[in-house]
Amino acid sequence: MRWELNLLCVFIVLPLAGAFLNSLVARRFRKFSTLWSNLIIFILFLLSLVTLKFVNQYSVLVYKVGGWSPPFGITLVLDGLSAFMLLAINLISFTITLFSINYMEKFTAKGKFYTLFLLMVAGMNGVVLTGDIFNLFVFLEIASIASYALVAFGTEKDELEAAFKYIVMSTVASMFVLLGIGLLYSYASTLNMADLSSYLAQTEPALVVKFAAVLFLFGFGLKAAIVPFHAWLPDAHPSAPAPISAALSGLVIKALGVYVIVRMFFNVFGVTSEILGVFSVLGIVSMMVGVLLALGQWDFKRLLAYHSISQVGYIMLGLGLGTPLGILGGLFHLFNHSVFKPLLFLNSGSIEYITGTRKLNEMGGLREKLPVTANTSFIASMSIAGIPPFNGFWSKLIIIIACVEAGRIGYGFWAVLGSILTLASFMKVQKYAFFGKLNEKYTQIKEAPFLMQVSMLFLALICVFGGILILPGVREYFITPAVDVVVRGIAYKDVVIGAIK
Amino acid sequence: MSVYFLNFVLFSIGLYCVLRKRNLIKIIIGLIICEYAVNLFLILVGYKMNGRSPIYAPQQEIVNMVDPLPQVLVLTSIVISLATTALVIAVAIRIYEKYHTFDITKIRRLKG
Repeated sequence: MRWELNLLCVFIVLPLAGAFLNSLVARRFRKFSTLWSNLIIFILFLLSLVTLKFVNQYSVLVYKVGGWSPPFGITLVLDGLSAFMLLAINLISFTITLFSINYMEKFTAKGKFYTLFLLMVAGMNGVVLTGDIFNLFVFLEIASIASYALVAFGTEKDELEAAFKYIVMSTVASMFVLLGIGLLYSYASTLNMADLSSYLAQTEPALVVKFAAVLFLFGFGLKAAIVPFHAWLPDAHPSAPAPISAALSGLVIKALGVYVIVRMFFNVFGVTSEILGVFSVLGIVSMMVGVLLALGQWDFKRLLAYHSISQVGYIMLGLGLGTPLGILGGLFHLFNHSVFKPLLFLNSGSIEYITGTRKLNEMGGLREKLPVTANTSFIASMSIAGIPPFNGFWSKLIIIIACVEAGRIGYGFWAVLGSILTLASFMKVQKYAFFGKLNEKYTQIKEAPFLMQVSMLFLALICVFGGILILPGVREYFITPAVDVVVRGIAYKDVVIGAIK
Repeated sequence: MSVYFLNFVLFSIGLYCVLRKRNLIKIIIGLIICEYAVNLFLILVGYKMNGRSPIYAPQQEIVNMVDPLPQVLVLTSIVISLATTALVIAVAIRIYEKYHTFDITKIRRLKG
């Protein structure tokens, strides 16, 4: 059992060490820094596959940092939900780093890009592994600060404006989170999540705990870009370089936002029907506002950013139903969205790399010149719109069935309507970008470099075969452990405390 | 109790400054005030009137010690806010180079 526990801290230590070494050598050895960063992310991806096996074998693993036993020391907790998020984060990061080998050549500071990217991955891995709320805050800030710098990476007018807006809003959210942590500490005198949860379960629910919960919902809701707190996302995500837009939309809003909301509300505070109602309503509002704003966009990346808001709405709706089927749908949609949204952003990046434009009405007829980009983007568009064989269809179907099963026909109606509007919006993308007549400017263009094609094809393959993940026999290895953790709710504390002894 | 209330007022001043001011530098100062208020709150949580510093020595009775944990948290949070502040000021300087103004109503290229 010893080496398996040590493996947990590798997820945080390896990218941190990699980022440090990268910042030292990047200027001198550019090739080495690229190779080194890709290798680290690839190792993390393989290790995250190994963690799925641990979860099957032991169900929960607790690593005591520095040998201090909880509640005094910091713990890293690997359970089904953490392993699920770890695989999503490291798998998508791997394809993104592969894509950026060629894409980031047009920027001057490729080494700095990899340093910041590794820091962001370290932060996200830390957030999903930690079992201590203050430690969670620290990792949250590591990932956030790296993402602020990455949004401003182009240092042109748009990027800087978007980054400033993002930094200010996100820092205020972090302050609310820290205030919430302070309030909880003053009430329960502990920072360990399992310990905190068992203290809260023993006492009558006090007003200060509810206040802290509201602060957390605000703080993490802003990081997840749920609708009343979404204003930064449509500026920040399109302004970043395409691989970073992919990482922000695919991973950061989920690891720092949705995951933490699920962990805090389902596993630590314990959900009530009011909280679930709030989740569902926020989910539906995000879903509709996001998709309606996306319909009128002509900037490809901005359109995709609005769809991120809408798809996070689906995840929150599924989780807010509170039934096992709804949670399965929500988590499966989380994984699917973190596959097809990065793919779409990588497509937009590939078009921008080749033609230099993001405006849909300046493209047209790119299908004959860019077959790989066009076909993978077609697969991703059909996935996000929920067309049968692709993965997005299955998760949306599960969410809608769960709505009907829970007796919330109205919610189901909105989910279907949102899906139809998404389809309409992506029909527009396909029509203007890939079909129609080729613009004369682009008669000389060639398809993207080989590695960019490989990463897009890899993600498209997951989109096509993603539906397999929920078949009985396969889902026991990946999704069912994650759903179990959420469904068990505040029994999380007993599982973790049991694993310590 | 009034200390906590004043602390809350400080936090609100910072938040007001972030929300209402039009100058980038004033917004950054608002953020810093918010961070100070939260750090002060954490210190207040662990503080004890006439308490002594939390150093443990053998043959010593532990009485009336302040809680050391919030002080550690505040140290970490100060380091984090240092990083954020440095970054946001760097971005503000770059914005000034590009737009030649600190007025946020004139920095409005992204909308829709």
